[in-house]
Amino acid sequence: MRIRGMRFRVGGPRLEARAERSRAMVYLTPLVAAGLTVMAGAVLFAALGHDPLRALYVFFVAPLTTTFGLSELFVKATPLVLCATGLAVGFRGNVWNIGAEGQLILGAIFAGGLALWAGEAFTDGGGPWLLPGMMVMGILGGMAWAAIPALLRTRFNANEILVSLMLTYVAGFLLGYLVHGPWRDPMGFNFPESALFGDAALLPALVSGTRLHIGALFALAAVAGAWVLLMRSFIGFQIKVVGLAPRAGGYAGFSGARVVWLGLLCGGGLSGLAGMVEVAGPIGQLHTQISPGYGFTAIIVAFLGRLHPLGILLAGLFMALTYLGGDTLQIELGLPRAVTGLFQGMVLFFLLASDVLIHHRVRWSRPPVTASVAPRGETA
Amino acid sequence: MDNSATSPPGASPRLALRGICKSFPGVLVNDHVDLTVEAGEIHALLGENGAGKSTLMKIVHGVLAADSGTMTWEGRPVRITSPAEARRLGIGMVFQHFALFDSLTVAENVALGLEGGGSVARLRDRIRAVSDGYGLALEPDRHVHELSMGERQRVEIVRCLLGDPKLIILDEPTSVLTPKEALALFAVLRRLRDEGRSVLYISHKLDEIRALCDRASVLRGGRRVATVDPRAETARSLARMMIGSDPPDLTDRADTAAEAARPLLEVDTLSLDSDDPYGTDLHEISLSVRPGEILGIAGVAGNGQNQLMRALSGERLLARAGAIRIAGRPVADLGPGPRRALGMAVVPEERLGQGAVPELSLAENALLSAWRHGGLVKGGLVRGRHTHGFARTVMSTFNVIAHGSDAEARSLSGGNLQKFIIGREILQDPQVLVAAHPTWGVDAGSAAAIHQALVTLRDRGAAVLVISQDLDELYVLSDRIAVIAGGHLSESRPTHAVTAEDMGVMMGGMMGGLTTGGLFEAAPTGRRPTVGGQETGHEDTGHEV
Repeated sequence: MRIRGMRFRVGGPRLEARAERSRAMVYLTPLVAAGLTVMAGAVLFAALGHDPLRALYVFFVAPLTTTFGLSELFVKATPLVLCATGLAVGFRGNVWNIGAEGQLILGAIFAGGLALWAGEAFTDGGGPWLLPGMMVMGILGGMAWAAIPALLRTRFNANEILVSLMLTYVAGFLLGYLVHGPWRDPMGFNFPESALFGDAALLPALVSGTRLHIGALFALAAVAGAWVLLMRSFIGFQIKVVGLAPRAGGYAGFSGARVVWLGLLCGGGLSGLAGMVEVAGPIGQLHTQISPGYGFTAIIVAFLGRLHPLGILLAGLFMALTYLGGDTLQIELGLPRAVTGLFQGMVLFFLLASDVLIHHRVRWSRPPVTASVAPRGETA
Repeated sequence: MDNSATSPPGASPRLALRGICKSFPGVLVNDHVDLTVEAGEIHALLGENGAGKSTLMKIVHGVLAADSGTMTWEGRPVRITSPAEARRLGIGMVFQHFALFDSLTVAENVALGLEGGGSVARLRDRIRAVSDGYGLALEPDRHVHELSMGERQRVEIVRCLLGDPKLIILDEPTSVLTPKEALALFAVLRRLRDEGRSVLYISHKLDEIRALCDRASVLRGGRRVATVDPRAETARSLARMMIGSDPPDLTDRADTAAEAARPLLEVDTLSLDSDDPYGTDLHEISLSVRPGEILGIAGVAGNGQNQLMRALSGERLLARAGAIRIAGRPVADLGPGPRRALGMAVVPEERLGQGAVPELSLAENALLSAWRHGGLVKGGLVRGRHTHGFARTVMSTFNVIAHGSDAEARSLSGGNLQKFIIGREILQDPQVLVAAHPTWGVDAGSAAAIHQALVTLRDRGAAVLVISQDLDELYVLSDRIAVIAGGHLSESRPTHAVTAEDMGVMMGGMMGGLTTGGLFEAAPTGRRPTVGGQETGHEDTGHEV
């Protein structure tokens, strides 16, 4: 209780508390974690009877060797970066929104609903107003879903981790109900999916011949906006203070409730936009499988990116690669797709473990002499 | 100097340290320290914060390991690698911050600290025996949250005495006590000495050391600079050894407190239920502070200071706006921001985590409360250069030692961080400054600088309210003094009209020679008030273990 830091009495490496947080380690530990993940992956592949180097190549490098692969990397990174950027706003303020997946689904429902309505109401399927309208709807849908935990937290002090997480499953059932019921495509042979969106409801391609669409630019804009908000603005400073030391926030007069609302609405809004981007981009309709867990993976992306918008951009690309690598491994080596989840879990695991280096350093010296024993009778 | 008269020549000292060195990353905390403690003496370890006292004691107690040096115990070389081993040798320690569980009884708390202490029922008898034997009145079945700080300390001391120690280390034991409780503690310590036990007494209160201790070793910058007979020294000569130069004098009180001037800060019959289950409710507190005046509020911690601070700073809002006025304007329903806009500044109780964010730089911590000052924020964006500039101005004006405005707040010593916080508040040029415990745990040099800054602010015409447990500090600073006890505030009186004895009695919650209109009759006697206004039924009934 009274001792700060850890001590190990054995010889060899010891952990020693640092006087100040190491800024270098803040940026290095994500790389350490990525490196350890690759090494552990190699061991895993070898244990499964595959040549580890070849498997690693298939997982991490092969997807990047083709234009198609590269474009898919950006396609998958887009929702991850959008969600993680929004989550980072809350995480910095100690607001733990774990429900980005549900907010993404609500964004998809709101935006998709508008697209389906426009497809029926207008002979041309809607005009140039439709995409901006869908973006607004997507953002509002995500925000509305995130407003529930915000309200419950600020009014009743309900834990936003549990509320936002549980709402994810509600969102999944809501989507399932819609595509099994009222929004099911009458021409869809009873598959649980909506009609395909009209052309006016699809995001234009960025590179022709690929699935890469202008949603990627939304992600870049979100990163830039979040950078200004978090790193330069006074609001970002208030979020940081309330997150690190709530009592200092109270002393300075920064409202904790405002930070809760801001954190959840930013996370919800950008996750909702990610949902819109997915259904208006690569998917083009509503069905039950619109997200392979982007909203959950985004939590890892946010931490791997150190809650810094630029870091999140890089981390989003890295985590997108684990989705692509999982696919190529499945095709080339016949390994189950669960490998993707395994790698994502390892990244988070190693990151949390190596973060100890931010506040501690490793000493390779022998243990210190403890008030070394003087020979008998030699007392001064 | 080390040849003590208290042990016969030739006998081994109880504890001898030779050449103890200990370094933490970047600092040498103990630099070849020699220290000899004889049987049957009270030995003071004196030094400013950061002089290395606590580190040295942690080495003796086995919490930390020295990098080099030797330790002998009654002539035998020893190597103490854990507190348990220290206990086996007969070394006990009473820490400054108590490690007690509020919701458990005294006996249960003691049982938790002992290895194989037997049943709680048997322990209860042993506790009674020890506490009666030494005059440490203690009821084993009381819950800790009902106890005053002095009583809590007794729990720690009894726990320590149950191990029959030959050397007892006390770390700043009087920092939580009323003067009367301190005198009672001294009597106990003298008695322990007369039984042949040794006492190592860590403090920076010079008068105490001169009254109590047989010898004093002075640490400065990690080295032992002297070992002296404190009774043969003056407080001033001890202070000089401790800080290495003469302590600065406060400039004379400029008699500017204009009776006629309108008060800048007024509190009008403020009552408040505590929002902390173990806190103290406030009962009809009224006070006023005029321009050019320092009002001191004395009292033992836990008597409502915390809630009063929260109400004054705006962390807790009140429905009745007129309960607090700044320059005549009702503000009790306004948050900290609007109050600052009206010219109020606040030095909060906690330095780290409230007055400053430990993980943030000094520049960012300057922004924390000073953001409306001097254009630090423009168009919603933080202006980095201005913020760093303001932080550097605070640092240079108030002599804050840190490696630049990028330094994290937690890397500063307590005294330096407190100077930074006080400087940050004062440089916003407040009309009203409310400061809680402004020099708590701060070294003597920094304390003098902080006192000077508060006096200068007062002389500029600001109204200053200082809440403190340190009577010496309030005597030096205040124009008027009031006492808070059990959530009641006495009327204030001119400082020269209140003796230390009056105040000590009032701080204990007992009404004595002062005519304060019977305000204290409702206050509990030598005990923390009941919880949340309800009776907790803690008399002699109940509490079966």
